[in-house]
Amino acid sequence: MRLDGDGLIDRTRRLAFTFDGRKHLGFEGDTLASALIGAGVKVVARSFKYHRPRGIFTAGSEEPNALVTLGRGPGQEPNARATTVELQEGLAAYGQNAWPSVEFDLMAVNDLLSPFLGAGFYYKTFMWPKAFWEKLYEPVIRQAAGLGALSREASTERWERAFAHCDVLVIGAGPAGLMAAWTAAEAGADVILAEEDTRLGGRLNAEVEEVDGQAGSAWAEAMQARLRTMENVRVMTRTAVVGAYDQGTFGALERLEPGRALKGCFWRIVAKRAVLAAGAIERPVAFSNNDRPGVIMAGALRAYINRWRVCPGNRVAVFANSDAGHQTVRDLLAAGVHVSALIDARADAACDLDVPFYAGGQVCDSGGRKALESVSFLHRDRIETVQADVLAMSGGWNPSVHLSCHMGARPVWDEGLAAFVPREGAVPGMRYAGAAMGMFSTRECLESGAAAGKAVVDDLGLNGAEVPVPKAEDGVYQIKPLWHVPGKGRAWLDFQNDVTVKDVTLAAQENFTSVEHMKRYTTQGMAPDQGKNSNVAALAVLADATGRGIAETGTTTFRPPYVPVPIAAMGAGAQGKGFSPERFTTSHDASIGRGAPMIEAGLWYRPSYFPKAGETHWRQSCDREVRMVRDHVGICDVSTLGKIDVQGPDAAAFLDFLYTNMMSALKVGRVRYGLMLREDGHVMDDGTCARLGERHFLVTTTTAAAGQVMRHMEFAHQVLRPDLDVRFASVTEQWAQFAVAGPMSRALLEDVLKQDLANGDWPFMACGDVRTKGVTARLFRISFSGELAYEIAVPARHGAALFDQLVAKAEAMEGGPYGMEALNVMRIEKGFITHAEIHGRTTAFDIGMQGMMSDRKDFIGKAMAARPGLMDEDRAQFVALKPVGTVKELIAGAHLFAPGAEVVSENDEGYITSVAFSPMLGHVIGLGFLERGRARIGEHVRMVEHLKGSATLCEVVAPGGFDPEGGRMRG
Amino acid sequence: MADLKPRMPLESLLPMEASGVRVREVDLGALTLVMPYRERDAALSDALEAAQGLRWPEPGRMTGTTGRGILWFGRAQAMLIGMAPEGGLEDHAAVADQSDGWAVVEIEGDRAAEALARLTPVDLRPGVFEIRHTARTELGHMAASLTRTGKATYLVMVFRAFAHTLVHELGIALQGVAARGGR
Repeated sequence: MRLDGDGLIDRTRRLAFTFDGRKHLGFEGDTLASALIGAGVKVVARSFKYHRPRGIFTAGSEEPNALVTLGRGPGQEPNARATTVELQEGLAAYGQNAWPSVEFDLMAVNDLLSPFLGAGFYYKTFMWPKAFWEKLYEPVIRQAAGLGALSREASTERWERAFAHCDVLVIGAGPAGLMAAWTAAEAGADVILAEEDTRLGGRLNAEVEEVDGQAGSAWAEAMQARLRTMENVRVMTRTAVVGAYDQGTFGALERLEPGRALKGCFWRIVAKRAVLAAGAIERPVAFSNNDRPGVIMAGALRAYINRWRVCPGNRVAVFANSDAGHQTVRDLLAAGVHVSALIDARADAACDLDVPFYAGGQVCDSGGRKALESVSFLHRDRIETVQADVLAMSGGWNPSVHLSCHMGARPVWDEGLAAFVPREGAVPGMRYAGAAMGMFSTRECLESGAAAGKAVVDDLGLNGAEVPVPKAEDGVYQIKPLWHVPGKGRAWLDFQNDVTVKDVTLAAQENFTSVEHMKRYTTQGMAPDQGKNSNVAALAVLADATGRGIAETGTTTFRPPYVPVPIAAMGAGAQGKGFSPERFTTSHDASIGRGAPMIEAGLWYRPSYFPKAGETHWRQSCDREVRMVRDHVGICDVSTLGKIDVQGPDAAAFLDFLYTNMMSALKVGRVRYGLMLREDGHVMDDGTCARLGERHFLVTTTTAAAGQVMRHMEFAHQVLRPDLDVRFASVTEQWAQFAVAGPMSRALLEDVLKQDLANGDWPFMACGDVRTKGVTARLFRISFSGELAYEIAVPARHGAALFDQLVAKAEAMEGGPYGMEALNVMRIEKGFITHAEIHGRTTAFDIGMQGMMSDRKDFIGKAMAARPGLMDEDRAQFVALKPVGTVKELIAGAHLFAPGAEVVSENDEGYITSVAFSPMLGHVIGLGFLERGRARIGEHVRMVEHLKGSATLCEVVAPGGFDPEGGRMRG
Repeated sequence: MADLKPRMPLESLLPMEASGVRVREVDLGALTLVMPYRERDAALSDALEAAQGLRWPEPGRMTGTTGRGILWFGRAQAMLIGMAPEGGLEDHAAVADQSDGWAVVEIEGDRAAEALARLTPVDLRPGVFEIRHTARTELGHMAASLTRTGKATYLVMVFRAFAHTLVHELGIALQGVAARGGR
């Protein structure tokens, strides 16, 4: 029900919303929870396991009960805590984990079965038969348990990620955080003040108390206005700091106010210093049926009354073990709400309020069904019952130590506070202030905030005038620890996971006495709230059950994130084109214009083939392009291959060290094929090396390994051979490079370059500068097709124009562009390797290039490649295969067996790496590796492929069956 | 046969503007990567000063301007901008033409740093990343060179082939700034 008075809501702005399809009204400034309370909705959720009806329990992000689903369709957000959802016009919220509704839930049958559903019940019950777990038990249990569901549609909502930097990050903007931020800012520090609420003030917005002679919330508002005017302060509301990481890095989740095009932002904040002023969380007391709707935390009830002017009932009983009960009653009376009892667990407590008062009383049961009707309590050895539709309870406060524990530290037990407090120095550069370190009075919060702010600016060497600490309420926190009131029924510890006192004591009985084991056995402290309400009480019960102290029992590990973070926020931007960057060649537009489908090679996009009118299958295009190149001439963009410019007095010596073969012996104006090994002796990459000058080389790499080779070279130079005076730079992007391949390639280029390219000056493997249209280009006579071929490189700005002109010339000669498919077919016809063959597990010996490992010099990988096992004749060796039976299909990835051998892994003799149909040879060719393969040319082997169920009889042949002498290439 | 008409990397993709932040392609002219040989740093710097009037930059700094300047470009590397590599630099350093290798944009506007904070982990606070400060860093998915060239002006360089992705990522970042409304 809604109370009179303004609180911190705007009564002039009504907002209509629905819950489970029913219309309600709230006000600007409401949360969904406060609006639901205002509308008189009591049951908002069903519990995880027993499907017990649940009401709103807290007023913050620690809420264990009121998990709802927002919206429907792609933007559907499950497990939103109603206590943190800002109300907006048209908001549609739905109960979850219930069928048909939270009001009437057929799954509540689980509650009747509860004697069988205690901790560990899955493990004990679903043991056999073993195969049933995966197929039957788990799906059924998952169907029955769990919280909200995703829509399974692609989300249309947008999140973003961003970085922020500051000198001082203040986490939490209650009185302590505000003072810390102000103090640091006045000293000139760059401050980020992060607050998960929509407004600054923390508990000041929930309590009736004065700061500096004005209402606490008004003081906070004035502070907010003051901080907003300071250039060096960034106030981030709706921002929960969720994790503390190395080097002063913090993760933070910001949710923007409703109605923005963006849902929010996942921040990575880097701070030199941090002040943890995250406040404290009030903890419940475990007693029978303490989960009934209507039972609410006392601090939350004060927040609902004072800030939002709502109360979940009109007869309130209050139960506490500190002065929190008295404070709550005072606020209730001031708001005109009837108080039926104040039950104070402290026997020596006194009361000056005009309500029925029971010192030394302990609530032991609640009555009612889906809503609280009565409260029973033990007082002077008698059980008494009072009528109440609300029970406000407080078991004391737990400082929010979470972030102080994210780097492995454990909090320290404080006997006087009956609570854990953060350990000094737990996170480098982090100090604590206010309730987060157990300072519970407002005066202490303000003072400790100012002190923490001063301490961090002192650390940073900044000097500023001290800020005056305003006057505020002071008080002494007197608490009688009370975790559990014995009784017959189930007493909840973890409301979100349906873990009761009985479950924890059962865990202890079954010898799960470590707090970490208890957590996993009972699931206490898991799920979205991560045990914010329950951890300390649960371990206190465990301590009791095992006869140990709380300090000795210790806590479980506090892990990030502090509040749930949507995957959509962490992965923001990584959708569609944001998933991976794209590298386009200069001929990209031309290829697209010709209808070429693109294939990804690393981040590059390369044309697969260039379809012509009437071609309906890629093979038609591919076969045509192969014949085109072999008979006439083809143009292919090869700019994506890595190009590394190597210069310096020791450039040749360095390349000798990198390659297995000698590069220092290469003449200027010549190119050599080369092989690089990893230090472990396996092949890393292959490519060409061109000598452009005495001290100047150009190394090419495969497209995929360009970055890896560059990194390898940096390592080799910086770590292995810093004595060599050599420098290198990637020039991949500087040059657009095109292969011109085929018998007509020389004529084509002679026309373009207006220059003679006869074998005398331009033999196979020559290179040098040429000029075309006033542009200096580089020409390499190299071939990956096995044809007479060249590669011509121009500065990238001219790439698009040169490609167009080369293609136009080629087309006039019955040639044209060719794509990756044809390129691949031609290299397979020639038996040339790619990373399909040098896949990381093959050696120079395996690919038949052991002869390229020079014995006249040292090179990376030499010693390791010489290990006997890597030069063993029994190893799988590079061969080609052609089908000889009725089945003509070869499949890359298939394995090879001797004909007649049983198909078991012991008989596996090799595998196929590349397959293509050769239009020139008229059959399929496979490349692969076969044990003792080089000695088995002419033998038959059987290819077996299990996925398609294929088996093909093949003949082992030598790779490079097309033009084996290489006459066309040298022509 | 026609000339080899040059094409700029970001031709037809820019300019764009949102929330008062303008992104435009910049033609820096000649770009030359210079990498001094061992113990030649001082001689190289002297040669550069004699030929160009500009000293070799400290790590993370730029000397001169984006019209004519030297940009630190990583460990023992700097990029000569807008000048020919004259004065016998080859005696002291490896020199590589990079004029065509980079897509270069200028991002300008009061909220430019806000947009960049969505893409790069560099601390862009004015007192930390000052004018003529430069960094090799990441920009979204891409390796980049980022330089503050004015009060609210930044120069970003990525590999030429990333031009589309650069525009895409900057566009998303600007949308993010715009979605937050005025500050």
